[in-house]
Amino acid sequence: MRFLTVPALFVAGALVVSCDSPTMVEEATAEGILLMGNSGEPKGLDPHLVSGVLESNILAALFEGLCKNHPSKDGVALPGAALRWTPNDDFSVWTFDLNPEARWSDNVPVTAQDFVFAYHRLLDPDLPAKYADMLFLVENAETINKDLRSFVLLGNLPGLPIDPEALKRPPFQPDPDAAGDAAPSGPLATLPAEARRRRVRAAGLDGLGPGDLETVLGEPALVAWPAGFTPALRTRALELLLEYARKHDDGTHESLASVLPLGARALDEWTLEITLRGPVPFLPEVVKHYTWFPVPRHVIRKWSGGDIDLPFTDWTDPGNLVGNGPFRLKEWRVNHYIEVERNPHYWDARRVSLNGIRFLPVQNAYTEARMFLDGQLHVTYTLPPEMIPYARTHIPEMLRQEPYIGTRFLRVNVRRKPLDDPRVRHALAATIDRRRLVENVLGGGQTPASGIVPPFSGYKLPQGVGHDPERARRLLAEAGFPNGRGFPELKFLTVDRDTARRMAEAYMSMWEEHLGIHIRIEQREWTTYLQRQYDGDYQLAGAAWIGDFLYPTTFLDMWTRNNGNNNTGWWSPAYESKLREAEHTADPAAKLALLKDAETILLDELPAIPVYWYTTNYLVRPEVRNWHPLLLNHHPYKFVELVAGGQ
Amino acid sequence: MLRTVVQRLLQTIAVVFCLVSFTFFAVRLIPGNPFADEKAIQPHLRERVAEPFGLNESWGKQFVLFWKNVLTEGDFGMSTSLFGRSVNEIMATAFPVSLTLGAGAMLVSLLIGIPSGVVAALRHNRLIDYASMVLAMIGICIPTFVLGPLLQLWVARNLPWINVAGWERPSDIILPSFTLGLVVAAYVARLTRGGMLDVLAQDYIQTARAKGLPAFRIITRHALRPALLPAITYLGPAFAAVITGSFVVETIFAVPGMGQHFVTAVTTKDYFLLQGLVLFYGTLMGGANLLVDIVLAAMNPRLREHA
Repeated sequence: MRFLTVPALFVAGALVVSCDSPTMVEEATAEGILLMGNSGEPKGLDPHLVSGVLESNILAALFEGLCKNHPSKDGVALPGAALRWTPNDDFSVWTFDLNPEARWSDNVPVTAQDFVFAYHRLLDPDLPAKYADMLFLVENAETINKDLRSFVLLGNLPGLPIDPEALKRPPFQPDPDAAGDAAPSGPLATLPAEARRRRVRAAGLDGLGPGDLETVLGEPALVAWPAGFTPALRTRALELLLEYARKHDDGTHESLASVLPLGARALDEWTLEITLRGPVPFLPEVVKHYTWFPVPRHVIRKWSGGDIDLPFTDWTDPGNLVGNGPFRLKEWRVNHYIEVERNPHYWDARRVSLNGIRFLPVQNAYTEARMFLDGQLHVTYTLPPEMIPYARTHIPEMLRQEPYIGTRFLRVNVRRKPLDDPRVRHALAATIDRRRLVENVLGGGQTPASGIVPPFSGYKLPQGVGHDPERARRLLAEAGFPNGRGFPELKFLTVDRDTARRMAEAYMSMWEEHLGIHIRIEQREWTTYLQRQYDGDYQLAGAAWIGDFLYPTTFLDMWTRNNGNNNTGWWSPAYESKLREAEHTADPAAKLALLKDAETILLDELPAIPVYWYTTNYLVRPEVRNWHPLLLNHHPYKFVELVAGGQ
Repeated sequence: MLRTVVQRLLQTIAVVFCLVSFTFFAVRLIPGNPFADEKAIQPHLRERVAEPFGLNESWGKQFVLFWKNVLTEGDFGMSTSLFGRSVNEIMATAFPVSLTLGAGAMLVSLLIGIPSGVVAALRHNRLIDYASMVLAMIGICIPTFVLGPLLQLWVARNLPWINVAGWERPSDIILPSFTLGLVVAAYVARLTRGGMLDVLAQDYIQTARAKGLPAFRIITRHALRPALLPAITYLGPAFAAVITGSFVVETIFAVPGMGQHFVTAVTTKDYFLLQGLVLFYGTLMGGANLLVDIVLAAMNPRLREHA
């Protein structure tokens, strides 16, 4: 019997000790530290290199943009690093007056030059910044980031026989058709003739280094020049490119910004002028995003040895990282926690109530919920759908179900038959009973979606898709598949999560019931699922999009022809011209109306079938004050307060 | 003896090399890419993001470079999913945590497994025997992803000094160790019982009994050592497995160990991290097996003579 006494003693001992020791939350509340679940380890803390939501949760504590979120009102911009901002008449040039009191966490003043530096760095063609396109609103930003050398350097050549826009295409830019087959590597001069030609085609003139350009200069026929390029012009063009490439590669890494100024200028230390490529009345909303945050140039320069496009230096390590936000980095332990503490040099430090925030990378949402219930977290990142009913009955005052700017939709590969027929896509869309799906399968308070853009203030939703099985059957018959006869089995690509499977099964049963068509569900893990969409290797895919800022373009820009997030094979000149028109329209109401027109075209053609608009479900303890529902779910920590025993 | 050890050592090295090389190519063959993300990489950036990791080179070149860096500098490369962190650094942070947890689990498994195996064998075919073997079966059958949450709900929620999850307080080691160790304990119990039954039937035990030695002394001095041999064969690899962490236990209890990296390295296609982990795990596994062989030889005179 002895082996039983050990656990028995253990249990007895446990019961004895279980008098009232404070929970983690009680201790943390007393210390003014907010304990937040953050779902995973951040990839990094360099605002220019990351692109995820969980990273942005931490960056929002460490850095501050020109404008700041209001703690309770959507679409209201409070002063952040800037005190005031004024647009010109058509909203295409904005002047930001910076706060002269603003300091980096090492007490160095935050100046307009820091912002200009940050934008140049994010756009630097040598920095692997995935999110650089957030800045493409700025004049010349796209050209600089895409490193369109020929376009910039040759655009003004006298006697240029082609439209300068053609300099953004092959043979100046890489030829996507040639990139597929293994492009030969190694110096051009060492390759056989045919391989040289292929390599030049695949890299484009813009992609060749100085050595290779010299080779081409000796043998200009390697390039498939457009008609009208005289030998003299070819030589001149190659010389200009070579001169630039040499300058670029000599270690200074000068970017095209030295030839073509970026539309962001420091008029003086405290005045930042941003020139945009069109009118952007909603710029204050955009600059709240972390891609627009300043970065400390003195620190980045120090850790990169002056080579600012060096991507992974130690400047974001604890002790090195310098920010301008209300908090500074205290501790970072991989997969364990990240803790930030109050930044004494923050310009509005007196307004900050919390002493710190501890971000816990709890991956398992059930564990996170249990930790919350056990008093280990103030705020969770999420709440699994199965636990919502429990929370609703037991802790209704802690359950948050808030609208979130995101849309779930079905991505349709319109390159595949029979999905190339809009009637088929509409039939699929009209069969989905969104209300039933949201209530019975998800149960998280989501809203059935009629369109791709979720409801915003000021944006009139277009007449979108709805539930109409009658019409669906008719459309399918018109498309040549009465009662689903002859309709091939479709493959439905989705991720390897339980909810994804349940959703897919719900679509499957609805389509079978009303249309008589069958799908096969293919669950793939995350990166494979993504890659197959990028490669166009799918028919239907469950997908979602979360907005970056509060304006419809964050949902509409992706459906243009060459956008990497489109992946449907669909594009429309009419749609793009509406977007372009909207981009050049200054009047805010007219702009929104044009965007609505654009979305109408999208919903007519339906390369993406809207399903529901997001709701975030999560838990917040009553001690946490000033944590209000916000569409972007970015809660400005500087206003958050912790009150012990709060009810 | 020495010759056997050297021979086994060389075998282990060859196996680990093959294992890591296989992983190197297998992980590159899985569809997906390390830089796929919620937001697509715009076409003009595709090469740029892979550049700092040398992933634009041919696989052959990458392979040679990888082994060169590992062998000459002990450098496993940079993680592609945790920016700016080397694989060495990630493993160096995570391994001590997994080792601590694994040691706790081993302790649990030995403290529960060996005594219950011995008692079961002594009460062969009686209630205690059946009871402990049923318990052992349950221990083997209940998956950790069931046991973990149950312990969280039953134990942690009722005892304020035990957290549901996390790695903050010393008490945080208890539940995950127990979850991780119970399966091992169950196997150890069964193997110990089997070994014990075997030994108890041997002539020399009868002789000892006949000499009138006290039962306790017979068991501890004469029976236990040979009876543990089967369990030890199992414990070596089990120990290596347990100290390199378990994805399930670590995610359920939010423990910052190596197990989480194993799975996330595959799902995020973090080539270098996965290669490093496989190399590490393979070496540890090979080492543990080798160690077991040596220990067995030392404990079992018959094996020693044959070697």
